[in-house]
Amino acid sequence: MSAIQEDKVLDCSGLLCPIPVVKTAKAIKEIEVGQILKMISTDPGAPPDMEAWSRQTGNELLSSSEEDGKFIFYFKRIK
Amino acid sequence: MSRSDPNAPKKLAMVSSRGSLDWAYPPFILGSAAVAMGWEVEIFFTFYGLSLLKPDLKASVTPLGNPAMPMKMPFGPQGFQDINWPIPTALMAAPGFGSIATGLMKKTFQNKGVASIEEMREICIDMGANLVGCQMTMEVFGFTKEDFIEGAKVGGAAAFLASAADADVSLFI
Repeated sequence: MSAIQEDKVLDCSGLLCPIPVVKTAKAIKEIEVGQILKMISTDPGAPPDMEAWSRQTGNELLSSSEEDGKFIFYFKRIK
Repeated sequence: MSRSDPNAPKKLAMVSSRGSLDWAYPPFILGSAAVAMGWEVEIFFTFYGLSLLKPDLKASVTPLGNPAMPMKMPFGPQGFQDINWPIPTALMAAPGFGSIATGLMKKTFQNKGVASIEEMREICIDMGANLVGCQMTMEVFGFTKEDFIEGAKVGGAAAFLASAADADVSLFI
């Protein structure tokens, strides 16, 4: 998992639904198509929400993991 | 946007009919999540929901007639904060209790990291949601378009239905 090299990091620690989704949607527009966004969240609802966001927007969820109570997501901007 | 076009974005159409703090959250939470997913969003504000279009939001909450509403304290040790305080009916009706309940709810939400109604409304507007005031109830309650935030539109039942007919998700809140 740690092999993925991100181009931008977004830390949404301490923020609850729907703000991590909203901030991720804005942050993905700030990188180029093909680049990778790393998002960190402490919201227990984030894993299903971020998977849904990925499916709905078409931006690829490369990896979803949990470390020390934090949820780490890597998204590749597709369009 | 027609549903016959497979590449058209999805659409969420909601009626927001309640203006109290607890009822103000759902349309703006769902609306901001939907715009973040690239969906089109239309929220039709009618009856008490109209007050959610005012620039200065004064949404409040009362446990009166809201018997399932627990009260959590936004301060003190965690164990104290976790208690669901029972509220005697007589206290619900006490003068000033509504503003205490409103303050507690706002503080608890803020402490937990939930965005305010104002922030989520701003996100909806910035990301292109259509916020529409119901013309008929505006007449009844004495609102004009000038009473509402910039960008708010005005429409009627037929206009909302025509828009909702194209929606993938429709909700009455």
